[in-house]
Amino acid sequence: MTAGTATAEPTGPSRSAIDTTLRAILRDVLALEESQVEAFDANTGLFGHLPELDSMAVAGLFTEMEDRLDIVIDDDDVDGEMLETYGGLLAFAEAKTVES
Amino acid sequence: MPSGATADEMLLGFDRKREHRILVVMPLFDEASKMRRQIVETMRILDQSGVDCFCPDLPGCNESLAPHAEQSLSGWRGAAANAAAHVQATHVLGVRSGSLVAPGDLPGQAYEPVKPRAVLSRLARAEQISARETNESVTAKELIARGCENGVTLAGWPLGADLVNELAANGSITSPHHLPITQEEVGGSPLWLRAEPSFDPAQAQALAAMIVDRIDLP
Repeated sequence: MTAGTATAEPTGPSRSAIDTTLRAILRDVLALEESQVEAFDANTGLFGHLPELDSMAVAGLFTEMEDRLDIVIDDDDVDGEMLETYGGLLAFAEAKTVES
Repeated sequence: MPSGATADEMLLGFDRKREHRILVVMPLFDEASKMRRQIVETMRILDQSGVDCFCPDLPGCNESLAPHAEQSLSGWRGAAANAAAHVQATHVLGVRSGSLVAPGDLPGQAYEPVKPRAVLSRLARAEQISARETNESVTAKELIARGCENGVTLAGWPLGADLVNELAANGSITSPHHLPITQEEVGGSPLWLRAEPSFDPAQAQALAAMIVDRIDLP
């Protein structure tokens, strides 16, 4: 167990906390208004749908997710389908948070 | 230069021969273009606040004609030190990965410094994601290993083997003489994360005010 996990809640952050953090990261990366990010639903398209979200922006998004959610994203994860929609990304972040 | 010789590069400066003279070191790679306007506007405010400031092009970066693939962290450190001596800098401001090469012997500040390995990982990940779009399967780890051997182009940046090894070794740290400035202190969202270059006057004001406060101006 790392120092980071030792101080976390035993069950990890709540779903809404992960959801809120993920929306905040997307708001920062995409330079969107709060209301626009709030309107994202599970089917909102991300990589391949939003022209601003190029490969460099996605790489920055992953780094921020690692920092703010205290997770580690493996190379294999990057090839996943989770980049395609907000719902996919949220499910991925939740799964990773449980793992860590 | 790798040979040890020096070459002339461009430098943006606000010089009124004042007591405090800050060498500003831009972030490396894509974050340089994302942060350039913000940093230049911050320098403008520093000038109005009574501080001279200078921002050199590192070799291979911005307007420099030197080949990017021939650059290294140690080379950039040497270039930044030469620039500091040239403008007679009294302080430094390293921005993000610029802190990795900012002259460590001068006092100053490091705005959200980043570890070398994190810089490399982000570039390698971006390359992995781009490769995936063209149905090429390669991992960031493989790209870094390839780069350590022979150099590699990541996210459009040609990186020599020396530079990849220096970044991967994660050995360079921000100088203890450079006080960290966090984004939380500056306020607002980090502009280097934005997919497109941006400018935030409130953040520029806050950053400049913090630098002036800490430089111990009368």
